[in-house]
Amino acid sequence: MEGSDQRAGRLILGIETSCDETAAAVVTQDGQILSNVVSSQAELHAPFGGVVPEVASRRHLELVVPVLREALAEEDSDLEDLDAVAVTQGPGLVGALLVGLSAAKAVAWANGLPLVPVNHLHGHVASLYLQPEPVEPPFLCLLASGGHTLLIDVPEHGAFRVLGTTLDDAAGEAFDKGARLLGLGYPGGAAIDRLAGEGDPDAYDFPVARVPGLDFSFSGLKTALLYAVRDLSEAELDRRRTDLAASYQRAIVRALVAQAHEAAEQTGAPRIAVVGGVAANSELRAALPEAAFAPLPLCTDNAAMIASAARYAEAVPCPSYLALDAYASG
Amino acid sequence: MAETEAIAARLARSLQVGDVVTVSGELGSGKTTFVRGACRALGIEVPVTSPTFTVGHRYAGNPDVSHLDLFRFQGFSPAEWGDVEPYFADAICFVEWPEAAAHALPPVRVALRLSHVDREHRLIKVESDDRQLLAEVSGDADARV
Repeated sequence: MEGSDQRAGRLILGIETSCDETAAAVVTQDGQILSNVVSSQAELHAPFGGVVPEVASRRHLELVVPVLREALAEEDSDLEDLDAVAVTQGPGLVGALLVGLSAAKAVAWANGLPLVPVNHLHGHVASLYLQPEPVEPPFLCLLASGGHTLLIDVPEHGAFRVLGTTLDDAAGEAFDKGARLLGLGYPGGAAIDRLAGEGDPDAYDFPVARVPGLDFSFSGLKTALLYAVRDLSEAELDRRRTDLAASYQRAIVRALVAQAHEAAEQTGAPRIAVVGGVAANSELRAALPEAAFAPLPLCTDNAAMIASAARYAEAVPCPSYLALDAYASG
Repeated sequence: MAETEAIAARLARSLQVGDVVTVSGELGSGKTTFVRGACRALGIEVPVTSPTFTVGHRYAGNPDVSHLDLFRFQGFSPAEWGDVEPYFADAICFVEWPEAAAHALPPVRVALRLSHVDREHRLIKVESDDRQLLAEVSGDADARV
């Protein structure tokens, strides 16, 4: 029905619970974010706001309804305004994914809406398609987060061809485990980034693993840091911590930048785009001045990117989606 | 590293669906390398990467192989068991950082402990009640019952 609300039937509700964050968002079909609620950042009207991330679907179960309510209330969206429900189907922790998937099925089914199952990694790419400054394909996408490090050829919206991946640890994980070895807090990426600014990146010659093709390897770098730290006394470690952080970060960034350039050259992509939690790293941003970076609030896991991906994915009609299952890998 | 994978391959050949293998050891001791070697021997060809952040990977194969990492778990209540239970069903399951789950895991067929000797060498201790399995795996590893 036209008239009363111009947005009627033009909104997508996104839900994301693949890892630590319980998230819900409302996005328009043309990519405007009307609300974007992430459990760790939101001041929820519930007794569990602002918490340390905890693994387990129990936490998602507690948060999913308040987060959904908040996402719908923030923009005065009614369920009747929704066009579709989008939800992360995988990859991720199966128990956690099932919480979001079940909630999405319930909302969609109760309102007779189609459901769009979204691959979490496609979601990260689609964080680039949101307003106010959408990045249009073709581009070469570097996706670097705690769980994944991928180079993806994106010739058009919704297209996704993996060119390279980490063979062992993800870049974000390398940051986190490096921070742990250096005795820094969580989240490790931000801690190393901050400390690296005060250190000498050439102080230590950490290896940038050369792997064939467009893949990555960060496991050897982590071990190199471990041995560098082991060789130091506690007092020396205190003195050299900034240098270690700077050198370690430099090695990770170099590997990411070299492979991204190589991949862009091979595919002829006119530009590089960077998404995922590691896209927040200041040295990576400085090292790729021509690249498009996802906006900071959309780098880490969120549901706006899931709703965005749904704009270019196929919807499953009601009620055949009730049989959909979550997947752990792939 | 190649040796770690070779020992893992020997172990893999003795495993069957439903087996649980724990893999302990500090950062950089080669846990994921070990699991990768076992996966390759079991016919899994996709990249076998660290599951620290996602907690679990499940690789489709014959049989399926699950790879869990409980590094980020601080306790292990029935709710956490509900999260990881699907990874144990109808699969061979490797569990890194099993300490968080202590006695909450299904019966463990093989317990591995990896440790640093120096930059290039790791010590792998293999514990199992199955003497035949130990004999097949041991080769140059330090086998203990």
